Amino acid sequence: MAKIAEKTDEILSMQHITKIYDNGFMANKDITFSIRKGEIHGLVGENGAGKSTLMKVLFGQETAEEGRILIDGKEVHITDPLAALDYGIGMVHQHFMLVPSLTVAENMVLGSEPKKGRLFFDYRKAVRMTKEIAEKYGLEVNPEKRVMDLSVGYKQRVEILKILLRGVRILLLDEPTAVLTPQETEELFIQLKNLRKNGFTIVFISHKLNEVKEICDRITVLRDGRVVGAADVADVTEQDISKMMVGRDISMDMEKKPAERGEKMLCVNHLGFTNMYGKKAVKDVSFDVCRGEIVGIAGVEGNGQSELARMLTGLEEIQEGIVTVNGKDMKKMSIRQIREEGVSFISEDRMTYDLATSVSIEENMISDRFYKKEYNRRGLMDREKIAEEADRLIEDYKVACDGRNAYMRTLSGGNMQKVITARECASNPSLLIASQPTRGIDVGATEFIRRKLIALRDQGTAVLLFSADLAEIMQISDRILVFYGGEIVAHITDAAQIDETILGEYMLNIRTQSREEIGGAVI
Amino acid sequence: MSMRHKEKNVEGIERNFTMIRTLVGVGIALLLALVLIAAVSDQPWQALLGFLIGPFTSINRMGSVVEKAIPLVFTGTAVCVIFSCGQISLAVEGTFYLTGIACAAVATKTGIAAGFHPALCILAAGAAGAVICAIPAVMYIKFDTMTVVSSLMINFLCLHIGTYLMHYVMKDPAAGFDASAKYEKTARLSSLFPKTNIHTGLFIAVAVVVISYLALYKSAWGYGVRMTGENAKFARFSGIHVAKVVLTASMAGGFITGMGGAVEQLGMYKRFSYLGLPGHGWNGIMIAVLAQNNPKNVPLAVLFVAYISVGADVVNRTCDVPIEIINIVQAVIIMFVAADRFLIEWKRRKIVEMSQRAAALPQNMESR
Repeated sequence: MAKIAEKTDEILSMQHITKIYDNGFMANKDITFSIRKGEIHGLVGENGAGKSTLMKVLFGQETAEEGRILIDGKEVHITDPLAALDYGIGMVHQHFMLVPSLTVAENMVLGSEPKKGRLFFDYRKAVRMTKEIAEKYGLEVNPEKRVMDLSVGYKQRVEILKILLRGVRILLLDEPTAVLTPQETEELFIQLKNLRKNGFTIVFISHKLNEVKEICDRITVLRDGRVVGAADVADVTEQDISKMMVGRDISMDMEKKPAERGEKMLCVNHLGFTNMYGKKAVKDVSFDVCRGEIVGIAGVEGNGQSELARMLTGLEEIQEGIVTVNGKDMKKMSIRQIREEGVSFISEDRMTYDLATSVSIEENMISDRFYKKEYNRRGLMDREKIAEEADRLIEDYKVACDGRNAYMRTLSGGNMQKVITARECASNPSLLIASQPTRGIDVGATEFIRRKLIALRDQGTAVLLFSADLAEIMQISDRILVFYGGEIVAHITDAAQIDETILGEYMLNIRTQSREEIGGAVI
Repeated sequence: MSMRHKEKNVEGIERNFTMIRTLVGVGIALLLALVLIAAVSDQPWQALLGFLIGPFTSINRMGSVVEKAIPLVFTGTAVCVIFSCGQISLAVEGTFYLTGIACAAVATKTGIAAGFHPALCILAAGAAGAVICAIPAVMYIKFDTMTVVSSLMINFLCLHIGTYLMHYVMKDPAAGFDASAKYEKTARLSSLFPKTNIHTGLFIAVAVVVISYLALYKSAWGYGVRMTGENAKFARFSGIHVAKVVLTASMAGGFITGMGGAVEQLGMYKRFSYLGLPGHGWNGIMIAVLAQNNPKNVPLAVLFVAYISVGADVVNRTCDVPIEIINIVQAVIIMFVAADRFLIEWKRRKIVEMSQRAAALPQNMESR
């Protein structure tokens, strides 16, 4: 790997950065990293490698235990994001920091509002400023639109404009393409290249190699919190980068036998949902999931998938339509009753619904079945049996931890998710409803969990998979349902045959299916 | 995958941290106490010594520590149970008071067999306590009322209902002051040791601690309670009936409080004669915080609080330090012990150091 030789046009460098979180997790270990003026620099690495942490340190959201930051050769102390902005560093987060009920212009000037007189907010000026900067950089937006009505790609553009308006020179983009469709990604790349031409420096965080190859000038690769290499993109192949990232050859090719479909486990009939703002989030959705198959739900986030998942897991009441599990009407059932039918859940928000952080791993592993006879003896819980089972699950699922009594919060995200998966799969469910089971976790855990889902399917479990990760959906689903605007807009009967671009077009509603084709989702 | 947590023991640090924080807290508080006492007393050392050693200087005083501890064991344990399910209920204070009256109502009845009479009093008071503490829980479940507020109001309700009962229903004109009739001999708990007022309620208190600990930390019910307290959304998603858990835990806490209210009356008093809220519930909340909601830690926390309180009495009686100063000292000590985030930076540094040591170990895991 070529070492960074010339220091002449270095605009920013971070030296010997070490960051340790309160739970003892060392996210960055002695990282040294520098970027040159006017380049797009790829910061690549698997989920959990420490990319986001490093950028948060740079943006002043986290304080490093060790190390220093130089801008134009001068040491700076970035104590908070406002200081970072003053130094000309701006960040666009994976999860947008916009206020949905305000307009684009209002969001743009939030925190530095133009004033009319001394007291009043000058909305017209905000609109004018937004228009000017949008035109200047060729990023078209309508300043008067409300953010909640915008698509994800549009929101991202607003985020970028927002930091440009603050006069930044260095843009940090945290996995900007993770939430975009292939089409939106292409558009973003054109915009980024444009910004580079205008003299901006961009740090592009990603773990998608083709994107890195396409857009970056140089890359720095992180693994397990350390820098494992830096190079000019032109000098390395995708394989080289992949090897650096993972440290070994990892195959995400899942060997999968064809699905053997059994009896129907989950039937969804004309399901509808109106959210608390009166918006119809799910409209007349019907589909079935059978034993022995994985049905993937695809779609740009915010098109009704979350609401559907919440209803199917008993978190939201069923307002219209009928859902049956194992032939029984779900509407009248408590969550425990649904679970007793052999249904397991993994929610999309694991920190809220899937675990208790200040409790041991062992206790987290039994939350769905602790009350059952076989776990209790003479009125008290059978500690031995529970300990044995916890040890076995920790072993089987390769959870990296200090043992079953360690607090859940001391685990990394991937290991937490393994504990959750272990719990939900341990009871050999008839139906598993999994939302974003691999979101934000490292590649090893991702691979492990995906294989587990396929193994469950082969044992005859019906699996309903919600995922924003297109690759995941395409890789492990047998059938795919595409959501747009709260409706099923496409039913793909053979997931192995579908092309990513076509799937993306369905997700954006550019390409459509006939009612008959969609009707095929009901078996 | 790295086994990066293998060489580390974050839980160990956290446990040590709790202990060290408590000790340092007590140390600083005592130092402050000395300064305060020195400001008002001519013999500050003597006063401080009296405060610290006083409780141990006679059988009588040691007996007082235990006597003071008994009601606090009940209220402390009760609060542990209620707080464990995530309900910040303050209703234990009023409950303790009003269940004392419920006990008095039964204890003044004649013609009940000796062995049976105290049991009946305690059960009646316990049942009353369960009902009272159920009210804020039901309001929370049905109307999403803030438990802190509703339970605070319950305390006023209890006080005024009790005062009304004492004035108009249960007052014994023969007593010469505001009090109920005398409790029947058959109802009273006998005393255990000569020269002290320690009574058989001590055994009941110990039993309550043991049973509560088992129920909360070893039974399926307690598991549900604790998971609900840790993360109610997680508990619900796992299939735990959160409303049922909140209600049963609140009622259990109420029942324990009621038992305590009765035991205190039958062991220490001849008539019901409280003129206001006795404060044992407030102390119970403090004890639960010190005990980190675990009944196992309640006895130690209770003895600590009772000891400080007797120490205060001793100083008040023997030295020239006014009771107000002693009460301030008492409060300062408890605040330091209860301060959750006190010394948190020390803990952070320790964890960081440990992580760095672990990272400096040979990277034998790298190849995995």
